[in-house]
Amino acid sequence: MRKYIINSIFLCSIVAIIVSCQNQETIDLQNYMSNGKDIYIAKCQNCHGLNGEGLGQLAPPLTDSVFLKANKNRLACIIKNGANESLIIHGKEYKEKMPAFPELTDIDVAQVMVYATNSFGNNQGFVPYKKVSLQLQNCK
Amino acid sequence: MNKIISSIAICLLFITILSSCQQDKKLPFYGERHAETVKDANGAEKIDTIYQTIPNWSFLNQDSVVTTNKATDGKVYIADFFFTSCTTICPTMHRNLITVYNEFKTNPNVMFVSHTIDFKYDRPYVLKKYAQKLGVDGPKWQFLYGSKDSVYTLAEKNYLVAVGEDSTAKDGYIHQGYLVLIDKDRRIRGAYDGTKEDQVEQLKKDIPVLLAEYKK
Repeated sequence: MRKYIINSIFLCSIVAIIVSCQNQETIDLQNYMSNGKDIYIAKCQNCHGLNGEGLGQLAPPLTDSVFLKANKNRLACIIKNGANESLIIHGKEYKEKMPAFPELTDIDVAQVMVYATNSFGNNQGFVPYKKVSLQLQNCK
Repeated sequence: MNKIISSIAICLLFITILSSCQQDKKLPFYGERHAETVKDANGAEKIDTIYQTIPNWSFLNQDSVVTTNKATDGKVYIADFFFTSCTTICPTMHRNLITVYNEFKTNPNVMFVSHTIDFKYDRPYVLKKYAQKLGVDGPKWQFLYGSKDSVYTLAEKNYLVAVGEDSTAKDGYIHQGYLVLIDKDRRIRGAYDGTKEDQVEQLKKDIPVLLAEYKK
């Protein structure tokens, strides 16, 4: 009987360990989200707002999931180099120039991009730093 | 027993007296001040405090119309200094100021005056575009363009807000983000950091207090 109890406790703890184990991607995502939030507050929030609501017709909101999805390969370049073309967001045209942020490193861009695309009602998931780095090398 | 009752009664009396003794809240005066001897209506001399006031000014507004201090006559107004290509504190300041604007939109005694410090680029048509995109275009909120000298002197000497050109700053200019509250007699009655939400909330509470001073 005693052996039986010990065995079952052992088995239960093994199961618990496996269940509580997060995969590496989830940990990375949480890491990016928390660092990305700090960068967002320092660099983006002035214009795009606490909740990504934008500012009038001056700065577009970051809540257009369709736009973000369609342009997901360009987002890193826009964050780092700014934008100088008109963008259609939520069906409205935004023509103001977005400034460049040359001081952001590749990992900063990756983190703030993951934060913005997974906040404000967006849910685009994780993008690893290596992929962002590659996108940044191929900016137009 | 009687003693206890009478002491309670005395306590209550004191509390009532003390709580009824509140004065009407008044906002402070900012800036330089000096005492002057003035004559009242009966010709009797008395000493009065003279506070710093905003001098006459004349600028072009967002509609390229010459606008002077007469536009603010009989109104309390909120003044600030910004520039349209600013990416640091100005968007936050104006995001917060819009909430004040919306709250006092229908009050004819309140006005808003924003001076640009970018005398090179922010011509009236640029200010017009900015105002429209901000969503506040109209005579209640004036966006004013003037020469460097006139605007910078007004900011530093009269509104007590530091402004300046700085080639090392990201956008080329530096300035403080104060929203300055001016009363109907052109005296400075408050300065609120436009980037801080709690101070902007205080401004919203102080405007009615200032307006109430003129109701008597």
